[in-house]
Amino acid sequence: MADITSNTGANFVPTEPRPAPAAIRPGPMTWFKENLFNTWYNAILTLVGIWVLASTIPGLIDWFVLNALWEAAPADACREVTGACGAFVYEKWRFILFGTYPFEQQWRPGAAVILFIGLVVLSCFKPMWNRSLLIIWPIGLAACWILLSGGIFGLDHVPNNLWGGLPITLMLAVLGCLIAFPISIFLALGRRSNMPIIKAFCVGYIELIRGVPLITILFMASVMFPLFMPEGVTIDKLLRAQVAIIMFAAAYLAEVVRGGLQAIPKGQYEAADAMGLSYWQSMVFIILPQALKITIPPQVNTFIGMFKDTSLVLIVGIFDLMFTMRGAIQDLEWRNYYKEGFVFVAIIYFVFCYSMSKYSQWLESELHRGHKRL
Amino acid sequence: MTDHAHSGAGFPGPAAPEPKAAPKTNLFYSEKFRAIIYQIVLIAVVIGLGFYLVSNTLTNLAERGINSGYDFLDVRAGFDIGEGLIEYTNDNTYGRALIVGALNTVKVAFFGIILASIIGVVMGIARLSTNWLVAKFATVYVEVLRNIPLLLHLFFIYALVLNILPRPRDSWNPLPGVFLSNRGLKIPVMAEHPIWMWVILAMLIGAIAAYLFAQWADKKQAETGDRPKTLLPSLGMIFGFGAVVWLLGGAPTAVNAPELRGFNFAGGATLSAEFFALLMGLSIYTSAFIAEIVRSGIQAVSYGQTEAAKAVGLNPGNTLRLVVLPQALRVIIPPITSQYLNLTKNSSLAIAIGYPDLVAVGNTALNQSGQAIEIISIFMIVYLSLSLITSLFMNWYNGRIALSER
Repeated sequence: MADITSNTGANFVPTEPRPAPAAIRPGPMTWFKENLFNTWYNAILTLVGIWVLASTIPGLIDWFVLNALWEAAPADACREVTGACGAFVYEKWRFILFGTYPFEQQWRPGAAVILFIGLVVLSCFKPMWNRSLLIIWPIGLAACWILLSGGIFGLDHVPNNLWGGLPITLMLAVLGCLIAFPISIFLALGRRSNMPIIKAFCVGYIELIRGVPLITILFMASVMFPLFMPEGVTIDKLLRAQVAIIMFAAAYLAEVVRGGLQAIPKGQYEAADAMGLSYWQSMVFIILPQALKITIPPQVNTFIGMFKDTSLVLIVGIFDLMFTMRGAIQDLEWRNYYKEGFVFVAIIYFVFCYSMSKYSQWLESELHRGHKRL
Repeated sequence: MTDHAHSGAGFPGPAAPEPKAAPKTNLFYSEKFRAIIYQIVLIAVVIGLGFYLVSNTLTNLAERGINSGYDFLDVRAGFDIGEGLIEYTNDNTYGRALIVGALNTVKVAFFGIILASIIGVVMGIARLSTNWLVAKFATVYVEVLRNIPLLLHLFFIYALVLNILPRPRDSWNPLPGVFLSNRGLKIPVMAEHPIWMWVILAMLIGAIAAYLFAQWADKKQAETGDRPKTLLPSLGMIFGFGAVVWLLGGAPTAVNAPELRGFNFAGGATLSAEFFALLMGLSIYTSAFIAEIVRSGIQAVSYGQTEAAKAVGLNPGNTLRLVVLPQALRVIIPPITSQYLNLTKNSSLAIAIGYPDLVAVGNTALNQSGQAIEIISIFMIVYLSLSLITSLFMNWYNGRIALSER
């Protein structure tokens, strides 16, 4: 820079710098014009939209806030109001969340759920992604189990036919996916194996399970498993449903893992072979760490699907969250307040699923970072 | 390691070791041999487990006095089914009952797929709208609906239908002959007459003719650049053929209108409350997923294509229809196929609200006859074939629209 100015000679007179251009600060009118009324059909759509909002939002606010009764009250009190019957939620929330668990002991499933959610949230943070998870998870799960089941540490034993509500939903979904995950890895490897019989077996299993609805598998578990067992052996209903969900989740997760295996470039497989690694060594040290990493976001999505699908267990008579909600609105006194029941449970499912899907999106960008070329 | 690396580069490395004698051929070191062993072990385990389960099952069945086999399909069912596409009374057999159920599954899946696609495509495009309000509305629609279990949708819609709509006696009567009540929607239909068969056939022939006409118009456009008008002639062919046959057949106009008898309606055609709730639940839930697929498909088409379309003077509607969507379809079809399969499989939730689909009918049959294994195998066979048919059709369609590269 110095050289250039020295070349221009002594006659150089710098001009006054021009004033910066006026900053364009679009006002609200510009925003409206650009985002709501930029074309004639958008203008019509906007007006229709405003009309729809104007005709629904006040009604919803009336129902949910203004005319609602948000306090503990008997069912008769709700007849007086035209809006939501919050008293229903006050009356029934413990039944919906914990089912028929002994009433005075319900702090236990509550604590188990909080502990469990804490466990999940903790594992979502990146600094936690190391071997400590392998210690925390078994301890956490065991603690949840002890809280629910009892029998030691002075806790009364509560048999699992009394469990219900949210703990059951969470248990079916999370244990289902946790146990299905290792199975799914073997299925996916088997599907890509060049041993024809193993491949055929894995393809057959995956396609059979993916081709039929979850309900038929649950039915199979509830009516066919008892037939399979030797005389005198009975497995309880909850365990059978859990096994059905594991079988189902394994097939879906296997397809996700297979997608990851296929996405690893062939050079990685060849490099592992060239290093003289055995099949299992190359899988465990080279291929799976890369493949599983890129499949984490779709795995979270599969998990969200499984979480919603666990609601089907009510059809085979398991007391999950949906079942207890149905039970609550079938109470004769409260049966006019089914909307409150549906909305309450819908919010619970929504909070879980939406936060997981947001997490999965964040994870995708986070995991993708290493692959981006600068 | 370093020695080896250097020896290749011309250095006089240490004398190459004498090649060792080939290791003793131990079969266990042969990959092929091990593969055979693994597979034999797998077969043995599967057969052993199968044998164990089958023998347990046979003992249990014998103990409960159930005869295995599909003979029960010829036994009188003895239960009623609310609705069906073919005639059925409780004197018919289990086999016919299951066919009625399977046809009901096909019916709800077919209409569900159509409705879900329409809502899904509209919502997917709306999410990308330049109109802020429309885009936000579509986003909320998608995020709320797909994060709530389908079963909850079904229960909620069904409860609303039952509780908000009036009883048959006070049913709403928006048009003469049309009744809306919590038993469903009743509409008048044309009374049975043999000519209607032929009218439908004539319209089908008209549709084929219209398709051939459109093919001819495409060819003409490719040759001359002008496209003959196709809309009116096509409609003329489809409805004209039908109208001619109707006139030839004596133009019957008798109507079978629903009327209130006692507590329920007689006559007319019914759209039952259960069918309606299931159809709406399935299509609304699936449409949220389809909307996301459509959105990402459209975003996968590079923006240059839209700009190029603008540059040649296409308006936004035509840009979407002629340039963006055809390219987006190639990305969209495979994931949308799996959504269609999901919808078909999810139609089995009908049992929760009492629509008589295959699983609901089969469950009743199972409780009556105790033929668990047979009925569940029928479930699996029917759903697997439905999945297979849908996949085959979508693969054919996908092949047709795929980019034909050199």
